[in-house]
Amino acid sequence: MNLFRNVVFIAAIAGLVAGVVLACMQAYATVPLILKAEVYEQAGGGHHHDHAAPAATDTNAMSTAAPAANAMSSAAPAPAEAAAPAAEDEGWAPADGFERFAFSVVANIVTGIGFALILVAVSEFAGGIGNWRQGVFWGLAGFAVFTLAPGLGLPPELPAMPAADLTQRQIWWWATVVATAAGLGLIAFRKSLPLVILAVLLIVAPHVVGAPQPDSFETPIPEGLHHQFVVAVTVTNLVFWLVLGAVVGVVRGRFTGTATSLRDSFA
Amino acid sequence: MTTASVSLGASVSSQSRFMQLALVALLGIFVVGFVGFSHIDAVHNAAHDYRHSMAFPCH
Repeated sequence: MNLFRNVVFIAAIAGLVAGVVLACMQAYATVPLILKAEVYEQAGGGHHHDHAAPAATDTNAMSTAAPAANAMSSAAPAPAEAAAPAAEDEGWAPADGFERFAFSVVANIVTGIGFALILVAVSEFAGGIGNWRQGVFWGLAGFAVFTLAPGLGLPPELPAMPAADLTQRQIWWWATVVATAAGLGLIAFRKSLPLVILAVLLIVAPHVVGAPQPDSFETPIPEGLHHQFVVAVTVTNLVFWLVLGAVVGVVRGRFTGTATSLRDSFA
Repeated sequence: MTTASVSLGASVSSQSRFMQLALVALLGIFVVGFVGFSHIDAVHNAAHDYRHSMAFPCH
């Protein structure tokens, strides 16, 4: 299992670096917008779950009109400004401020390593990321697969924005990721025209099917705030993927050194 | 599958190589899936800002 160990090691370093970078960017670019949106969310009657209460598509009226089970705990009795500033009404949540930030950083690093594991494993099938420059291109591919393609059908959403059933969106998200990755792989590594045509079909297909959309797009979130958020999310993710790919290239190159392969390097 | 993979040196068969890399990819998918897509409330709340910032389906 030397290959396994080496791949995990490279992914851990790259994921750690890129995760920290992403967490810093989020702290300045996206989280302030989320906090702004939560002000609108609180004013609009607290947190809501469309999938749990399909009748409550009119979210503004929900806390008063519909005594939905998932909102009963704290949203109903607490005045908006007196409610705990935690993001959610259900279950445990980190306290605002440092604790919430710390959990975001942990999530960034852990999933950064997760994305790195996927990236390194897939790129090893294709011969491995040889240097930082190749890594940048692999990062672009990761950005296209994990941010651009799913983001077309399911744009980044702020709290208090309406959305379709969570599970259906998650299924569409993963299906889009797999189809886009397969399509890009075919384009990059197969030379036959029919396969490239198949690749284009694969990339287009999820958008023909269409992402699950909410019944109503009514939201208290201003259009400008949402647009700002979409740009911030897309750009921060682009930088994350470029850093991730580049660091994988650097670390892999450093540890393989003169060895011909990952297997023979530092096992 | 006893043919050794060229890029990995003589000792790793291509089957073993495939299995190990597939295992790594699965591990990565599991990690991302648990942190970013779990329906457990506490996990969702802990990574709430992260999920929104990654444009993962949330709520």
